[in-house]
Amino acid sequence: MIGDFKMKKDIILCGVGGDGIVSVAKIISDAALNENLYLKQSEIHGMSQRGGSVFSHLRLSDKPIFADVIPEGYADIILSSEPMEALRYLPFLCSTGCVITNSEPFVNITNYPPMEKVNAELAKIKNCVKINANEIAKQVNARSNMVLLGAAVPYLGINITKLEDAIHHIFDRKGDAVVKANLDAIHAGFNASK
Amino acid sequence: MQKLLLLGDEAIAQAFIDAGGSAINSYPGTPSTQITEYVIKSKEAKEKGIIANWCANEKTALEASIGVAYAGKRAMTCMKHVGLNVCGDPFMNAAIIGTKGVIIVVADDPSMFSSQDEQDSRYYGHWAMIPMLEPSNQQEAYDMVFYGYELSEKLGTPVLYRIPTRLAHSRAGVTRKESRAQNPLTNPEDAKSFVLLPANAKRLYRNLIDKQPAFTKASEESGFNQYFAGTDKTLGIITSGIAYNYLMENFTDTTCPYPIVKITQYPLPYNMLSKLYDECGALLVLEDGQPFIEEHIKGFLGKGKKVMGRLDETIRRDGEMNAEKIAKALKKDMQPGMPVPDVVTNRPPALCQGCPHIDSYNALNAVMAKYEHGKVFGDIGCYTLGFNMKAIDTTVCMGASITMAKGASEVGIFPSVAVIGDGTFGHSGMTGLLDCVNEKANVVVVILDNDITAMTGGQPSSAHNKIRRICEGLGVAPEHIRDIIPLPKNHDENVKIIEEEVAYNGVSVIIPHRTCLVELKKHLGEKK
Repeated sequence: MIGDFKMKKDIILCGVGGDGIVSVAKIISDAALNENLYLKQSEIHGMSQRGGSVFSHLRLSDKPIFADVIPEGYADIILSSEPMEALRYLPFLCSTGCVITNSEPFVNITNYPPMEKVNAELAKIKNCVKINANEIAKQVNARSNMVLLGAAVPYLGINITKLEDAIHHIFDRKGDAVVKANLDAIHAGFNASK
Repeated sequence: MQKLLLLGDEAIAQAFIDAGGSAINSYPGTPSTQITEYVIKSKEAKEKGIIANWCANEKTALEASIGVAYAGKRAMTCMKHVGLNVCGDPFMNAAIIGTKGVIIVVADDPSMFSSQDEQDSRYYGHWAMIPMLEPSNQQEAYDMVFYGYELSEKLGTPVLYRIPTRLAHSRAGVTRKESRAQNPLTNPEDAKSFVLLPANAKRLYRNLIDKQPAFTKASEESGFNQYFAGTDKTLGIITSGIAYNYLMENFTDTTCPYPIVKITQYPLPYNMLSKLYDECGALLVLEDGQPFIEEHIKGFLGKGKKVMGRLDETIRRDGEMNAEKIAKALKKDMQPGMPVPDVVTNRPPALCQGCPHIDSYNALNAVMAKYEHGKVFGDIGCYTLGFNMKAIDTTVCMGASITMAKGASEVGIFPSVAVIGDGTFGHSGMTGLLDCVNEKANVVVVILDNDITAMTGGQPSSAHNKIRRICEGLGVAPEHIRDIIPLPKNHDENVKIIEEEVAYNGVSVIIPHRTCLVELKKHLGEKK
């Protein structure tokens, strides 16, 4: 599908430090590189990682990309492992962009807002896909971040088989069981968001 | 050639391996850590016999690199921006020596994602009068290591290599070059150049001054600094490093109408900049950092054509550069996103659940609650997050906990407690503790020992398994070096021990020892 039409995807991946959302960026990047797409993927290390709000900017294009970070108002997708974190990055979303988020909150702060208020804000977003990634992950015995990756597939502009290749490429050294769990997870996520 | 997906940091590391680097000696610091870590983990580097070490601090690391250069081999030392303060002494003197084959990589942190200031290392390079490289993307980050070594060896000078967080921690595809063999072991051509006695140093400083035109010529001619013609000469734009990308981000569908000078190498290419100045009505300077170029261009009196940038706050003086700030400066239309809903609350970084520091701070807080005027002087590491537990009163720079506690205790603060991690203690806490012992200061020094340098991702701590012996060796009375295990079940006992040492009028050391949980999980994972 690449090359036939103009391809540009600016994606904000966000969540809470340690939840594996940044690993998702790595898998998409691996797939994109094999597609011969240009890409830049920016992430945050160090103090900001420790249980705080984390994000990664992932930019894919069939043309050279300049900035490592996405300008506000230009992101096509916000992929979030946590519902309140999805809201935090709304200034980046373009008017036609979509939000794909885990519906389950991660509460590690005392002043986490009531869920009905968070859900009310999510409901205001034109294109918003909510899935219970924790529950789906439990069913397939995998991590929720991979379920979210699967859920994002219809919006990424990358064929799911390319992501499967990337999972093999990255996880093969960890053994067949790990590869299978991750493959199951992306398919379960894909089916949930279709 | 092979194409790899690499962080800016990793591109530098891979280039070091490919460009015939022999030894990398560094101290971890965000956002520079992944350079040395990559070389340490690289199979290829091992096969090539490349030395890759974490050192006690940036000063010991850079001095090791000067030693490598003395032997004629290619050396690299990496650090975060504030680390350059720690090795200021060998840095300035490596410049006087004119060490060949040394690249000093400094990762600056505009917007302070994980730092206490946003100092711009280019001022150091200018001060030391050495060439600097500031790549604008991952491929350039790779290529400029090769060029940096050639420049260093050809002109007889160390090279300062500056990257900001956004390049250090952003991945892109990088094409490798053909691998180059390491240099043979040799003696310096000018053996006296490594003896900085005044008579030699005077000659060497003159040499350094005389080399300046050659440094500038390299900047004009290397091809890394570029002049792009434009049709609208009402404005000329100067960009440094990655700021160029943020400018171009504003012209993805069109061509930038203004002439541009893209700077990635210093000293500044004066001819290129003069041309821009002469032909344009005004100048806009875009830098991801402090207004280094802008101050050079503007001059002391600020006369002549209008120069806009961070000094006049056309671009906000603080914080990292981005495309939005440039759009505003160019009065371009933006397409704003939605606002952050009010319901969103802050989620600041915090100590991990079950972290040993939490138990140490709970015990310390229980003791300090009994004293109205006591102070706890903190230091730099994960445990700085103890601020959110109201457990520490200060954080200034590596090692300052112990020395500030000493200074404060001597003028009347009681209890005066220092809290420092094992890594930071090895980096620059030991000399401060010696000061305390020599002056018989009334301080309690808590050395949080979690077996590793945790904040930067688990590098070995230089004082590992040696803390008690180091303290004894420095002269702390053995009976006032107390080992505790920070666990909730030991809370009462730990409180009692801290109280006893607060009551002792002299230097006490308390060592709460329990392995970092993140590190523990890593090892459990490896065993599986």
